[in-house]
Amino acid sequence: MANVFAGRSGILAAGGAIGLAAALLQFAGNPANMGICVACFVRDIAGSLGLHQAAVVQYLRPEIPGFVIGSFLAAMLTGEFRARAGSAPATRFFLGMSAMTGALVFLGCPWRAFLRLAGGDGNAILGILGLAVGVFVGTRFFKAGFTLGRAQGQGRSAGLMLVLAAVVLLGVRVFLSPDPAAGTLGWIWASLKGPGAAHAPLLISLGAGLGIGVLAQRSRFCTMGALRDLFLFRQMHLFSGVLAFVAVAFAANLMLGQFKPGFEGQPIAHTAGLWNFLGMAVSGLAFALAGGCPGRQLILAGEGDGDSAVFVLGMLVAAGLAHNMGWASSPAGIGPNGMAATFAAMGFCLLVGVMNLKKA
Amino acid sequence: MAENTKIVDARGLSCPQPVLIASDEMDALASGRIEVLTDCGASPENVGRAAKAKGWRLVTSAEDNGTVRMVLEKP
Repeated sequence: MANVFAGRSGILAAGGAIGLAAALLQFAGNPANMGICVACFVRDIAGSLGLHQAAVVQYLRPEIPGFVIGSFLAAMLTGEFRARAGSAPATRFFLGMSAMTGALVFLGCPWRAFLRLAGGDGNAILGILGLAVGVFVGTRFFKAGFTLGRAQGQGRSAGLMLVLAAVVLLGVRVFLSPDPAAGTLGWIWASLKGPGAAHAPLLISLGAGLGIGVLAQRSRFCTMGALRDLFLFRQMHLFSGVLAFVAVAFAANLMLGQFKPGFEGQPIAHTAGLWNFLGMAVSGLAFALAGGCPGRQLILAGEGDGDSAVFVLGMLVAAGLAHNMGWASSPAGIGPNGMAATFAAMGFCLLVGVMNLKKA
Repeated sequence: MAENTKIVDARGLSCPQPVLIASDEMDALASGRIEVLTDCGASPENVGRAAKAKGWRLVTSAEDNGTVRMVLEKP
């Protein structure tokens, strides 16, 4: 069946709608310049599950399971759900860890990098440049024959695992959250202050997550792919979606009074330019080698891609470690071990790139 | 006709590899007929766009059991 989102107008509409949703989610209560951030939200989920104890960033964000389930529903309805896995899953796990490490040094996934820009945060510029450099290095590996090998078809249940996890997480969010008003502790953690305490109402977050999941599945929206296709094929298709994403988020931020230009004192951001650049460079390379930005990995997992599901689990684990071990940045600056973690992740990604070159 | 068809089997490979391999073949052949097999959701659209940009014509694109078979031609 023809995909109405495969054309130029489709990707523009999808990118614009996701940008608008991000601005509105912030207006509805999500953290500043963080209407959507896949890395930050996965980190918040890691905190809600007790994988780290940074008390200000613990919340089971319904947007993330929403993306996976939305993508799953869209893929099922269009016959695109296909269980597959087996393309170097352990490598992808550690690429997911590396990507999250870099993202938490910068403080955001590529989606948030562009949203920070659309909110006036000048520190995002070096982050986006770093992302572009990381993706560019990734494309050089692909040009030289980089491959993580072929995935194989799997039984349907193998493709459903992250969808199942998403449903369970939503159930946990609804039934097992702590409730300060009622005095119940619940099973999971939820921040009382800080970014983790800033969130849109449950149904708005979930609805937006599901809608974005559907749109991103149909349109293949991907910030990493946008840069990659530009470098590899001089092709503007996905990039035009990112431009629409930034433009609409910027316009909506202006109208909602959420645009505050500057470098100092930007929300959930720091001014260590070199580390904004290097953090995103590591992430960009990891995303490129793994074939998608964090949002795209969630969407692919919803379509039945078990390798992307493993990448997402790597992100979740790294989010816990990053806060437990001092890799993650904060508005005060980079973490005590952020530099070492950045270089370790960079070294790992380069090693994966070199070790998986198949051409002579 | 069929024996002159260059087959690109990109099944199991994820983006951007199917479109990279198909693009390399299009560049290497300059003209002729290429059959691309892919099962990555976004790849048929990407291969189609790359073919158009390189002046190749998408003759057929048919899906069978999750695998999309695309035939590209350039006279």
